[in-house]
Amino acid sequence: MPILEVENLSVTFRQYASGLKERNIRAISNLSVTLEQGEVLAVVGASGSGKSLLAHAILGILPANAETAGSIKYCGETLTAKRTQSLRGREIALVPQSVGYLDPLMRVGNQVRTAVRNGKPAEEQRKVFKRYKLKSVVEKLFPFELSGGMARRVLLSTAMVSGAKVIIADEPTPGLDPEALNEALLNLRELGDQGCAVMLITHDIDSALRIADKIAVFYAGTTVEIAPAKDFTGDGEHLRHPYSKALWGALPQNGFTPIPGSQPHSAALPPGCLFASRCEKATKECHQAQPDLRELRNGKVRCIHAT
Amino acid sequence: MARAKNLGRFLLWRSIRAFTLLAGISIISFLLVKNSPIDPIQAYIGADMLNVGPEQREKIAQHWGLDDPVFKQYVNWASSLLGGDLGTSMIYREPVAEVIKEKFSHSIVLMLTAWVLSGVIGFTMGVVAAMNKDTAIDRIIKWYCYTLASTPAFWMGLLMVMVFAVWLGWFPVGLGVPAGILSDDVTFIDKVKHLVLPAITLSIVGVANIALHTRQKMIDVLASDYILFARARGERGFILFWRHGLRNVALPAISLQFAAFSELFGGAVLTEQVFSYPGLGQATVEAGLRGDVPLLLGLVLFSALFVFTGNLIADLIYYVVDPRTREGRTYES
Ligand SMILES: Nc1ncnc2c1ncn2[C@@H]1O[C@H](COP(=O)(O)OP(=O)(O)OP(=O)(O)O)[C@@H](O)[C@H]1O
Ligand code: SF4
Ligand SMILES: [Mg+2]
Repeated sequence: MPILEVENLSVTFRQYASGLKERNIRAISNLSVTLEQGEVLAVVGASGSGKSLLAHAILGILPANAETAGSIKYCGETLTAKRTQSLRGREIALVPQSVGYLDPLMRVGNQVRTAVRNGKPAEEQRKVFKRYKLKSVVEKLFPFELSGGMARRVLLSTAMVSGAKVIIADEPTPGLDPEALNEALLNLRELGDQGCAVMLITHDIDSALRIADKIAVFYAGTTVEIAPAKDFTGDGEHLRHPYSKALWGALPQNGFTPIPGSQPHSAALPPGCLFASRCEKATKECHQAQPDLRELRNGKVRCIHAT
Repeated sequence: MARAKNLGRFLLWRSIRAFTLLAGISIISFLLVKNSPIDPIQAYIGADMLNVGPEQREKIAQHWGLDDPVFKQYVNWASSLLGGDLGTSMIYREPVAEVIKEKFSHSIVLMLTAWVLSGVIGFTMGVVAAMNKDTAIDRIIKWYCYTLASTPAFWMGLLMVMVFAVWLGWFPVGLGVPAGILSDDVTFIDKVKHLVLPAITLSIVGVANIALHTRQKMIDVLASDYILFARARGERGFILFWRHGLRNVALPAISLQFAAFSELFGGAVLTEQVFSYPGLGQATVEAGLRGDVPLLLGLVLFSALFVFTGNLIADLIYYVVDPRTREGRTYES
């Protein structure tokens, strides 16, 4: 049984555009993704494709003007607002993107201690710092005093000490030098090997491939493909969705082929396939209704013509 | 240590600025007073004017050097000022320093009470409003603050006197102590009773600024990434506020309170007038109305110094308390 199961999740923002005119922004539509124990799932997609919103929806920390539909299940049980509140930081932990997510006026050691759920806070914090090769002076530092690599490890520490079974890391790698990047990736992989379920949100397909078991490709707020990591190889001939193939082909080492056009804005989504306006294989049917996510060759795809 | 050196330079620089500021203020106010239609001799003699002949006037003028050129008068005054002598008040017939000391001892009680009250109440209002943004409670607090921000202190004072002193009779109408009682017989309770209305008046007007400022700051903090992350770790409600909100909002609020010394002083002048409270404010008004030049100048300098000190503390708080300026170290690991 998957430990985390997101099914047909939609997130809509109500906005008052001008005066009393209400405008709905559908930032996530019919998104489905599952996370198994011991597995690292990478979520990739362009900016604005809803990756962070998915993380925030799982943790129940969306802004007040957001409305959600669909279901999120943890260990087979639907997450209600109340249940999420009790799981946050205990069973499900977030590794945020940057040092800006730490309280600027609180020493980092103390911040890690507040995340401890089992055992003596100070002890647990020292243990995890030692594991991540953070010197003991670091616990007395304020966030602004940390180098990029140290900040990364402190943020990881907060998730580690929580003892959570599901770790959601939102873009934990940008701005890291190659060595720190390598270390951060290995840390996440290690969590997976220890039995946690890790969701790695990233722009960086290369890094994702190094540690992920599965890759979920997001486009305009929905999952277009879920594929085993090994399918990202060669010319992308094993990939299922035209967007995944295009994304793969756009990487420097694969020809640097740009994808023409742009992702539709979440306030004006087309009725049919969300990728249709940029898809070479698009036919009349593609414009009529959004294709369903279907099983294909040990993965999933949201495309009527995929083989 | 680099930091102590920086702090030393900061303080030295500030002292130089304070000195030039005071020198400038003293020249301007001296010129203003000298060119105003106040007749210092008449102010000195008061109602006995008719009994004083021109000869005696001449003698007084000579005694005070009133016939010297203005520049010379200023130099005389300024040099004795540097020697610590502020001159003698004409209406109180006491050294100006003594008068200021005695009046300030009353005012400081009033101002300090109002300062603490308005700080604590305003801060709480701001936090409550921000944590309940866009609810009825937030709207009420905001409305209250905007209304207050446009209410003059003396008007609020009059209202308080009318309601609580005249109609309800809970507190005395004015003065610092009961009238017609020997000063030895004045009890602590008496003093407190006379303090309540002016202090409340002064703080009611003072909360608006700090409340609105704190509200905005708190809203920013609540929308920050570190609060989002704290919530993702399961923190909420009071714990969330206590751990992350308070820490980040208190510093700017306290600093703002110190920077508001000028409003506090200005408010005290009006409030003391309404309540006939025998403090610095009242002395300032009297010195102005009755042409007590030395006292007026002394008060101007004193209030400038007072406001300056507030601003200095406001800056120092950031300098000394905020770790981002306090501990300038970075570690590589
Ligand atoms: N509070 C909000 N109100 C309205 N729209 C929002 C809000 N937050 C996010 N969105 C919209 O939701 C969409 C998805 O945002 P999200 O932050 O999840 O993207 P992302 O995939 O994480 O992008 P990035 O890679 O840049 O982090 C964006 O198009 C954005 O405009
Ligand atoms: S459904 Fe049609 S438009 Fe959409 S990706 Fe598949 S082929 Fe392209
Ligand atoms: Mg994001």
